[in-house]
Formats: sequence, structure tokens, C-alpha cells
Amino acid sequence: MADVSMGPDLIQMGAYIGAGLACTGMGGAAIGVGHVVGNYLSGALRNPSAAAGQTATMFIGIAFSEALGIFSFLVALLLMFAV
Amino acid sequence: MTQSLTRKGNKAVSAETESAFNIHPMDQFVVKPLFGGELAWYSVTNVTLWMGISVVAVIALLVIGTRGRAVVPSRSQSIAEIIYGFVHKMVEDIAGKEGLRYFPYIMTLFMFIVLANLLGLLPKSFTTTSHIAVTATMALAVFVFVTLLGFVKNGTKFLSLFWISSAPLPLRPILALIEIISYFVRPISHSIRLAGNMMAGHAVIKVFAGFAGAMGFGAVFPIVGIMAVYGLEMLVTVIQAYVFTILTCVYLNDALHPAH
Repeated sequence: MADVSMGPDLIQMGAYIGAGLACTGMGGAAIGVGHVVGNYLSGALRNPSAAAGQTATMFIGIAFSEALGIFSFLVALLLMFAV
Repeated sequence: MTQSLTRKGNKAVSAETESAFNIHPMDQFVVKPLFGGELAWYSVTNVTLWMGISVVAVIALLVIGTRGRAVVPSRSQSIAEIIYGFVHKMVEDIAGKEGLRYFPYIMTLFMFIVLANLLGLLPKSFTTTSHIAVTATMALAVFVFVTLLGFVKNGTKFLSLFWISSAPLPLRPILALIEIISYFVRPISHSIRLAGNMMAGHAVIKVFAGFAGAMGFGAVFPIVGIMAVYGLEMLVTVIQAYVFTILTCVYLNDALHPAH
């Protein structure tokens, strides 16, 4: 913390605002997950016989794109409780 | 960390909402000693209790449920058989035939997580998997096991996981850096995914319940909302257990067949 004379309240306010801003990153993860599932579905409707074999791949893709949303959640948690 | 998280969360919430609502969505995640006294590393807490209950539930389903071994299975026997076949096929599809040697570990992980998640949905219960400490233990165990296994099975060839020989040569060091970072980030995303999903879902149900308490006759709407979110949560608990297990299989596959 750079300037202690600003007071702990102001610093905490900054941390809370930062935590709220970090949560907007989760919207990006939501877009990513929707993209993965939407493309899976459009592929599955074109070729339904191949769909069953690719469900696991879809879930792995969801997990990877969701991981980046988790990092923004992690940043929010760190700002709220560790800074 | 999670414990201090809930404590602080409580204070903030109760200070703001004392007058209008009475919502304490994070109250359900507080670790409490069962028999009073100070919280120490050896004290028996509600986490211990609910972990024990999930282990007992796993044993009841898989051991006692299949005791009959009937040709026409009973209800519990067929549930156990379906789950066994499902996880077995998942390990075989993703990690290959060699991965089946580690099937008992993956089956244990899946059963424990899915039952801990589902038991956490009971009213007044405690979700053990909503704590990062619990999920991080499982994710770190998977991480250490997979890394050691990779070196034991392949020796230094395991490092070819980071050196992508199909990429053009000038690009390889950069890709190696990215691969190494993403390798060490694995236990973090692996654990927080499960804990975050469980915590958020249960907190949402609690928030809706708080609305219902404050609205009088209008409480019908939040109660319908609770029912919808509860149904979604049933789905999410099983899917998150599935995702945790399938990622374990993917990591296992990386350790067994590291060549890109």
C-alpha cells in the first residue's frame, strides 16, 4: 500500500472496486463456454451419429475456457481477502 | 483462507442488511467444531462429519448396494453398475488401455466428489467440496501423482510434453514457456472450479431463500425460483464431478503418452 495517510477505508474501497471489475472477466468465460457448446450443438445437428463420441471433448473444452474465468474470480477473491 | 472468507463475508452482510432482509448466504460455509471448544487442527468439525457421511454413502452404494449380485439387478445395484461402467468407459476412452490401471483412484475421486456435492444440497447440510482447502487437497494429489507417474513411466522424455516438436523451431521456446505455465496452473484451476461452482450455487439458493423470508405472500415467486435453481444445482453438482474426473483422465493421458 503506497500511501498510508489515505486511510485504510480508501484502500479497501479500491480493493472492492477492483474485485467487482475483476468479476467482469467471468462474462468472457460465459461467452467462451457458450461458443463451445453452440458450436458443438451445430456440429451435432449436422451429423448426429458422430455427436456421442465428442461429448467428452466438449466438456474438456468447456473446462479449459472456464478456467480463464476462474482466474478472474481468483483475482477478485485475492483483492477481497488477501490484499 | 475459506474460513476467514466466510467470517469476513458475514460481518459485511450483517452490517448492511440488518434492517431490511436477513440474508446470510455465506453462513452455511462456516467451519464449526462439533463438540465446542477452540478450532484446532485436531478438532472434529462439521467438515469431518459430512466427509464421513459421504464416504459412508459411497460404501453403502457400492458395497452394500451390490451385495445381492442378482442377474436382474435391484435398483441400487443397477445404479452402482451404471456408474462403474460410465467411469470405466471414460478412463478407457481418454487415457487409453494403460490408464485402466489407475481406474480405482479415478473411480474413488468421482464417487467421493459426486456424493459430497449431492449431500451438500440437503437442507441444513454442509458442502465439503465448497471449501478450497478440500478441493485443493484433491487437485494437488492428482497433480503430484500425475507428474511423478510421467517421470517414472517416461523418464526425461516426459519433458517433451513442453517441447512441441510439430511447431516451427523459433516458436518452440515461447510455446514451451506457455506450456510450462499452463502445466503449473492446472491444480489451481482444477480445485477452484469445483469449489467456486459449489459455493456460488449454494449461496444463490440461500439468497433466494432470504428473499422468500422477506416477501410475505409474494414469497411464491422466490420459492419457484429456488426450485428452478435447485434443479439446476442438481445438474451442476454431477457435471462438476464429471469435469473434475475427466480432467484427471486428461492429465493422466498426458503423463502416459507425453509426445505431442
